[in-house]
Amino acid sequence: MPLPIRAIAAPALVTLAALAGCASPASGPASAPTPARRDAYVVVPPSGPREQTPDQQVHHVLDRLGFGPRPGDVERVRELGVDRWIALQLAPDRIDDRKTDAFVASAYPAYHLATEDLVESAQAVQQAVRRRARDLAQKGDSAGRRDARAEALRADPALREEARRTRRVVADAQAAKLARAVASERQLQEVMTDFWENHFSVYSGKGLTRLFIPSYDRDVIRPRALGRFRDLLGAVAKSPAMLFYLDQARSMVDSTHAPLRGGRSRRLAAPRRPRGLNENYARELMELHTLGVDGGYTQHDVIEVARALTGWTMNAREGGTFEFRPALHDADAKTVLGHRMPAARGIEDGEEVLDLLARSPATAHHIARKLAVRFVSDDPPPALVERAARTFLDTDGDIRETVRTIVTSPEFFSRSAYRAKVKSPFELVASALRATGASPDSTPRTARAVASLGAPIFGRQSPDGWPETGDAWMNAGAILDRINFGVALAAGRLPGASPARTAELERLRSAPRAEQADAVVDALLGGEASPATREILLRGESPLEMVGLALGAPEFQRR
Amino acid sequence: MDRRVFMKSGAMALVTMGLSPSFLRRTAFGAQLARGASLGGAARGKTLICLFQRGAADALNVVVPFGEKAYYALRPNLAIAAPARASGSAGAIDLDGFFGLHPALAPLAPLWTRGMLAPVHAVGSPSATRSHFDAQDYMESGTPDVKGTRDGWLNRYLALRGTCEAGCVHGAPSPFRAVAMTAQTPRILEGPEPAIAMSSLEEFSVRATGSAAERLEALYRAGQADVVHAAGGEMFEAMRILRAADPQRYAPRNGATYPRSPFGQRLKQIAQLIRSDVGLEVAFADVGGWDTHVNQGSATGQLAARLDDFAQAIVALVADLDDRMSDVAIMTMSEFGRTARQNGSGGTDHGHATALFVIGGDVKGGKVHGRWPGLEPEQLHEGRDLALTTDFRSVFSEVAAKHLGAKRLDALFPGYAGGETSWVGVL
Repeated sequence: MPLPIRAIAAPALVTLAALAGCASPASGPASAPTPARRDAYVVVPPSGPREQTPDQQVHHVLDRLGFGPRPGDVERVRELGVDRWIALQLAPDRIDDRKTDAFVASAYPAYHLATEDLVESAQAVQQAVRRRARDLAQKGDSAGRRDARAEALRADPALREEARRTRRVVADAQAAKLARAVASERQLQEVMTDFWENHFSVYSGKGLTRLFIPSYDRDVIRPRALGRFRDLLGAVAKSPAMLFYLDQARSMVDSTHAPLRGGRSRRLAAPRRPRGLNENYARELMELHTLGVDGGYTQHDVIEVARALTGWTMNAREGGTFEFRPALHDADAKTVLGHRMPAARGIEDGEEVLDLLARSPATAHHIARKLAVRFVSDDPPPALVERAARTFLDTDGDIRETVRTIVTSPEFFSRSAYRAKVKSPFELVASALRATGASPDSTPRTARAVASLGAPIFGRQSPDGWPETGDAWMNAGAILDRINFGVALAAGRLPGASPARTAELERLRSAPRAEQADAVVDALLGGEASPATREILLRGESPLEMVGLALGAPEFQRR
Repeated sequence: MDRRVFMKSGAMALVTMGLSPSFLRRTAFGAQLARGASLGGAARGKTLICLFQRGAADALNVVVPFGEKAYYALRPNLAIAAPARASGSAGAIDLDGFFGLHPALAPLAPLWTRGMLAPVHAVGSPSATRSHFDAQDYMESGTPDVKGTRDGWLNRYLALRGTCEAGCVHGAPSPFRAVAMTAQTPRILEGPEPAIAMSSLEEFSVRATGSAAERLEALYRAGQADVVHAAGGEMFEAMRILRAADPQRYAPRNGATYPRSPFGQRLKQIAQLIRSDVGLEVAFADVGGWDTHVNQGSATGQLAARLDDFAQAIVALVADLDDRMSDVAIMTMSEFGRTARQNGSGGTDHGHATALFVIGGDVKGGKVHGRWPGLEPEQLHEGRDLALTTDFRSVFSEVAAKHLGAKRLDALFPGYAGGETSWVGVL
């Protein structure tokens, strides 16, 4: 692999950043861990002639390293140069995103609450409702649970506020994530956040998981989306969202093994229901998160990993933060993937398992392939996957460098990769809002549009996440939904998006139809449309209708 | 799976890479559309309607074991009175002298008399989970205690069934082969085989009128051979089929009156699709409100209200479909049952085994199927719930095999070892 060329000095960086439409480089969002060092900015020139035309390359990087162009983005990237724009996107902490941060901070109150506060609020509401239900039952008034809740809330405005914020928590988190995809200058960081939230998928509908979602998006995934895989893996393993969703929090040493001595020694009362090892997270950790389904682990390994992770739980009373509880930990010796782990250890067992898995070549290959599917095509060239896996292994799981290998490769810029991917519902909505110059929506409405297209944000019930390939998204109902979404957007029915009022459409109103159609094709379809699509656009009775048609067209379904 | 396939279709010769077999079938369908093949009435085959009662319906008060003394000891306030003891309409509707139906299910009584109703009791999932989310997941994926299963068992059925009798014309599947009357694709139908999820037939249309609507649909008329156009072609054809079926002017037969509730309307639209011969093979609808922890009532009350709507909707569908019912089977399901004992809030909590109904088709009605384990303390599961004697996969397999003609049952329910010998004989 050719060595990356460190080509740009700091002063020139400021100029480039300005050209990219940003102010001077600033540090990352306040809630992220302070990075130990700046993101690596490395411009990788083409290793040879690229199959895609220069113009296609510009559209391609905007569609793949981001959620599609906004008005003016194509010109900006063309001017900066595709390779420099890629380098910049791979170094998000050099991109000023304060405007987006400010918007998200003000628009989505429930999203910014600490998990501890949300948990406390939920518990307060639950206790108040229980008290009220008991009172009612004692008085002989056997009102249903819902009445008790309504009464408890009616009586206490502060409690009402607490109930409201726990109710809004998922809607706000969905809207915040979508807002960032639409507005953030750090587009690749948002693409990678979406990628990892899908890879480490959790379901907001399972019990308390919803209370842990904001922190999951804000504190766990986003700050680590381009960092070291092992860091991300560890943060996810300890996140209340994952601990709860995959039942790790309730896993404990079973009766055939000895718990770790130390910690609070407390005889556990006879369990009301069978307690013991819960293999759920251990299995998905290997099957989905690291090695992959063919990664070479056995059922025995699943059990041993589950044993190693016992004690990794969360403290419900202290606001749902991670806690290692020795009394729950299986302290006997274990063997994972042929690797012996001695007895009488605590949290080290779990950490060592994560180390093992993060370093495995099977993991490198699994992650590299998934990234290639996201960035290149549904069936990416094996040679590219190999190179990316090699980068992953050589850099000890550096996600940034692995992505760099993929998005600077000749395969990435091949003709067969151009427009090869079908947009997911999230990508479709975000790209439509960007293409029409919409502002992010501070209401839950647009996130609901994503749900109506079949992929509610944080709403995938099974841990495998939404499909990353096109055939899964395309069916008769989906096309209809996408067409109708385009119609709704063009008609101004989504808050923040009013295509009718854009300056461009004003100018086009008096232009001849052919010019209108060309402008719409340029703005929304990357300048390329089939004769059939063009012919239909020409029959549109207004530029606005043409926008609706273009958003529903087959070309817009692709990126 | 061979991931590189040459496809020649008339004037088009393409190398397609990494495409699944289901896509290829749909591309063939799309290619036929491009050639202007017209879809007339599909061959009339069998239809299975799955109805999911979400929230764990209280089986013991739905199919009432009034012959079981312990039932009354366990539920002093909630139990449904035996038929003989009841005054007026407050007692169970006698089925076989031991079991009865909740009085609110009175509309189903004629189905019992006609031999079209087959309850199965003490059926359910072997999983110990009492989580609604997990248990529904397991029942829809068809793999209890396995969380990694990506597809739902109905989608696997569609894939395994391959060439269709019901939902096909010229060897290509109808876009309406699998329909869920839900806003999003339910877990049970998730998977590579296409299924349509729509909250109503009216919703399933382009949100524009006149020439604007035509233009939107026309975006996908050209049948190119790629996933997007294939799906679009299906959509285009689905719209055409629906228009021909003319849902606006639908009139239920035999005076069938569907309840105005969302559930009632969903069943009405399923009947509509069946009678329109659009090739519907598998239909799904769900209904909530069964999680009666508090104040569930007995002969009247919360549960009774749910059951009334449930029964009226089913009976309307059966009446509406009339003689077509021989080709249609309805199967109800719920993720688990409820505690045998009533709780301190006038309700019941999460239990284990449950009950379901199979209606229509060639059902062996007039009998309550399954093996009744009893409700004595030592007979209860974990001392609290109705014990399981029939795995739900046994009933689902039997219905899939005998009604729909499914063959590869081991692939339909991977990991399930019970074969034909486990079947209770409901069909």
